[in-house]
Amino acid sequence: MNIVLSNISKSYNGTRALRECSVAIEKGISTAVIGPNGSGKSTLLRIAALIEGPGSGKVSYGEFRSADDVKKLRQLIGVVLSGDTLFNDSVYDNVAYGLKIRKMNKNELRGKVSDMLASLSLSDKAGKHAMELSSGEAQRVAVARALVTEPEYLFLDEPTASLDPLNTEIIENALQEIRALRRMTIVTVTHNMFQTKRIADRVMMMYEGKVIEENITGAIFDSPENEITRRFINGIMVY
Amino acid sequence: MERLFYSIKEAFRLIITLDSEMLGIVSLSLGVSIAAICFASLAGIVLAYALAFRKVPLKAFVVSTMNTFMGLPPVVVGLVLYLLLSRSGPMGFMKLLYTPYAMVIAQVLLALPIITAMSHASLVAVRPAIKYAAKGLGASDAQASIAVVRYARYGIISSVMAGLGRVMAEVGAVLIVGGNIAGYTRVMTTTIALEYDKGNFELAIALGIILLLIALILNSALYMYQRKVYR
Ligand SMILES: Nc1ncnc2c1ncn2[C@@H]1O[C@H](COP(=O)(O)OP(=O)(O)OP(=O)(O)O)[C@@H](O)[C@H]1O
Ligand SMILES: [Mg+2]
Repeated sequence: MNIVLSNISKSYNGTRALRECSVAIEKGISTAVIGPNGSGKSTLLRIAALIEGPGSGKVSYGEFRSADDVKKLRQLIGVVLSGDTLFNDSVYDNVAYGLKIRKMNKNELRGKVSDMLASLSLSDKAGKHAMELSSGEAQRVAVARALVTEPEYLFLDEPTASLDPLNTEIIENALQEIRALRRMTIVTVTHNMFQTKRIADRVMMMYEGKVIEENITGAIFDSPENEITRRFINGIMVY
Repeated sequence: MERLFYSIKEAFRLIITLDSEMLGIVSLSLGVSIAAICFASLAGIVLAYALAFRKVPLKAFVVSTMNTFMGLPPVVVGLVLYLLLSRSGPMGFMKLLYTPYAMVIAQVLLALPIITAMSHASLVAVRPAIKYAAKGLGASDAQASIAVVRYARYGIISSVMAGLGRVMAEVGAVLIVGGNIAGYTRVMTTTIALEYDKGNFELAIALGIILLLIALILNSALYMYQRKVYR
């Protein structure tokens, strides 16, 4: 199912985070969302991932309207939010959360969790409390927690921000491996242009609460149509 | 001096032989306080959640009232409840005065503000990202709310322990509405407060020791629980 957001506006106490933003995300495609701080990327991601409702406008997954089918659609989604979002439980329990929500039986759950921990090099951290992790480890747990349910739609908000190259590679590889098996739809917010080129089929450029340009990755970097996009990806201040 | 030693010795005898009057008083105390804490926790945690995350009329007023009432003098609660429950009062027809039920009500009123205010403080400290994360992993709105409460569980459990500590140790309210009737509404604190000079000195000391032990157990349990968290 393609994800379609039409005319989404969202305000927080008077701050307009999204301004009549419309965008379509094609099924099976990996999309990167780029844009300056405060341009509404995280807000767009939360609304597209059905975490928050839009202030106004419509979100739909295929023929499903999010407003009516949130509960069902959320079962197909996995999300890694930016910042510190782990539950204050062990690494194991964090990763098991989505499977418990889906009422998976204990044995199957145990197997899935340990496989997922292994693919993010976390096997030896299973019993550790989430508060005791380094930021790289914590971020890997957040990714494991989102991937373990095998979501059809994966949303990642700055999944490798402030991580070293090794941790970044572990995360990107885990995503790549899963994607080689099943072509899930991925939306990644990132400030890393190299990462964008590595992981994204398409790129969305956000500016002041709107998607101002959207195209295949090569085109965005080689011949951006919008002047703001051009300046942004070339590291020239736009605001 | 000799009398004191004798009484302490007798007190230990009561404890070791599990004196039946003493056991009756201890179990009534525990029964009343635990019942009160169950009701107060249920109401307090739900109220705290609503105050933290829902639109509630007069929210600021309710929160500051709960904070103020954390230090409510038990005798005042006892007096007000007495006036309500006494024969001529508005709830007199329920015939609850001088029953364990009246004592439970008094202790609920004493524990509720503590549990509500402390739970509220730990719930508002949970960042929205935790609720977002739960929803992003497939939780329904209700399941996400549970994730938030779970995230705040250490503070909430501390609030319940604090409430239990307060009602176990309190004497004024249960004395006024319970009446310290032997074998019916006589609890540890009222026995200690009223019986020490009526030839029940040994019993008062024995109960004092037990009360201290219970407080010690409660507090060490709480301490170990919190240490587990902040290790
Ligand atoms: N929960 C909130 N409460 C108040 N304002 C918010 C909230 N979330 C976002 N905003 C505001 O909405 C605007 C867009 O924020 P958003 O987090 O979507 O930007 P972003 O593109 O993700 O930025 P960054 O690159 O810094 O993460 C900002 O002005 C921000 O201050
Ligand atoms: Mg952001």
